[in-house]
Amino acid sequence: MTSTRIDYRWIATFAILVTFAVPWFLWGDSRVFAGLPLWLWWHVGWMILTAIVFHLFTREAWDRGIVGEAR
Amino acid sequence: MVSELQLQLGVVGAYLVVALAVGLLAYRLTSSDAEDYYLAGRSIGTVVLLFTTFATLLSAFTFFGGPDLAYRAGPEWILVMGVMDGVLFAILWYVVGYKQWLVGKAHGYVTLGEMLGDRFGSKRLRALVAGISLFWLFPYVMLQQMGAGEALVGLTNGLVPYWAGAAGITVFMIAYVVIAGLRGVAWTDTLQGLFMLGVVWLAVGWVASAAGGPAALSNALATNKPEFLSLGGGLYSPQFIISSAVTIAFGVAMFPQINQRFFVAKSGTVLKRSFALWPVLVVLLFLPAFILGTWAAGLGVAVPDGANVLPVLLNEYTPVWFAALVVAGAMAAMMSSSDSMLLSGSSYFTRDLYRPFVNPSASDAREAWLARIGVALFATLTFVASLFRPGTLIEVGDTAFGGFAQMALPVIVALYWTKTTRSGIFAGILGGQAFYLAHVFIPAVEIGTMTLFGATYLTWDYALWGMALSAVLTVGVSATTVAAPEENQSRFSEGLRAD
Repeated sequence: MTSTRIDYRWIATFAILVTFAVPWFLWGDSRVFAGLPLWLWWHVGWMILTAIVFHLFTREAWDRGIVGEAR
Repeated sequence: MVSELQLQLGVVGAYLVVALAVGLLAYRLTSSDAEDYYLAGRSIGTVVLLFTTFATLLSAFTFFGGPDLAYRAGPEWILVMGVMDGVLFAILWYVVGYKQWLVGKAHGYVTLGEMLGDRFGSKRLRALVAGISLFWLFPYVMLQQMGAGEALVGLTNGLVPYWAGAAGITVFMIAYVVIAGLRGVAWTDTLQGLFMLGVVWLAVGWVASAAGGPAALSNALATNKPEFLSLGGGLYSPQFIISSAVTIAFGVAMFPQINQRFFVAKSGTVLKRSFALWPVLVVLLFLPAFILGTWAAGLGVAVPDGANVLPVLLNEYTPVWFAALVVAGAMAAMMSSSDSMLLSGSSYFTRDLYRPFVNPSASDAREAWLARIGVALFATLTFVASLFRPGTLIEVGDTAFGGFAQMALPVIVALYWTKTTRSGIFAGILGGQAFYLAHVFIPAVEIGTMTLFGATYLTWDYALWGMALSAVLTVGVSATTVAAPEENQSRFSEGLRAD
């Protein structure tokens, strides 16, 4: 895979992480699970997923788009 | 037998004095590190950087503004702040922060104004960036004083008036800076942050068990505030969620004490670690703080006028001393974060305004004194302004973040696009600010079917339109002008090394 393709893949990944931190598909949903709204549980889970993906980014792709193009 | 009021004031007062003493001690013990920081030796390590940045979350905006909003409008604020701080800001942390760190390391910058001024060969640009930053820092410091005032009203049920609480934290803030020195002691921020993180979860546990468990609490919500359980509705439109998250995230990146931290990290590893931990840290703090406000609404807790929901709720469901301890802890955390804010603000003032324009050969001692006087004056003025209570905590905070956010896109364009010109960045920054200020200060007017200077255009917050305008102006004017001879176009792109 080319370097630019990898860049685009990360940009898309970040875009998805931002977009679904709010569970838009549960709009108006008021189901409750273990005392908290279901949509809140989604958010908590998503933030944990985000931290894991961010960690992968720091290991695999750090410096991308910032250092390297000049080399 | 001590009265309730004596106990409350005793706990709050004692905690603040201890916090001040710890700050002083910490300063004495770490003075060499602090010296490095002041002299811009890029020596801020992993833990310190992570936690000073974390400490910016420990403000009245989080502890008092957030629960209030959740109490009035529902818990969706957790999502807004989560996507804002946990995801968007983390990405900006990389895009703006890491880039600035590399650029700063290569050329020795300490402030945003200095970096831009050097790149575009313009002392005026440097002063403009510093001036705008100080302008928007004003309402944010004011917000801390408002938060303290409202919290004490809530805690003591109005026995301590609002002005007294606001005045109290002002005195402590000035004392902190003058006694403990101007060199913000990052690890007291850390200690207080961890303390608050622990205490706020303890509060959640305590309230939950006193009120019959989470299930009983959600049943109470379903009965009294059924709209709070369903996602969206009321204040929370998709436009509101997106606008708030975007403007606050970009604003935070331009916030003096955050932006300055981007320059002072010792190594790139520091930035990496913080980046990955951020989303989790954010949820750990915001979830308990805002859920308390939500529960208060379900339980039908009545909040007196001009008071804060958090202490009122805790007074009702936890012992008096615990409620006082939470308020004291929040106030101390706010105080030490304000210290960092004022520190960065004063370095903008002395480095970007005073030295270049007034007295280039001022001695370090003179500069330090000037900065202290400046801080005392600034805090006093924000106190006076806080007495007028121009809006809710969230409104005042939002306005400040929105103002900072207007600078973010021109800065990002300049960082990544070498063809940005001096005229371009001036147009972007001035245009965005002019548009935003007009909307903050000019009352809405109806012209035909259009509302000018209203809160939104086509249902989207004016702050977002201002940001778009600033980006369009920066790119458009840069594309149609040529670089001035004093500009250093390769400043942000060449010679950057991570190691």
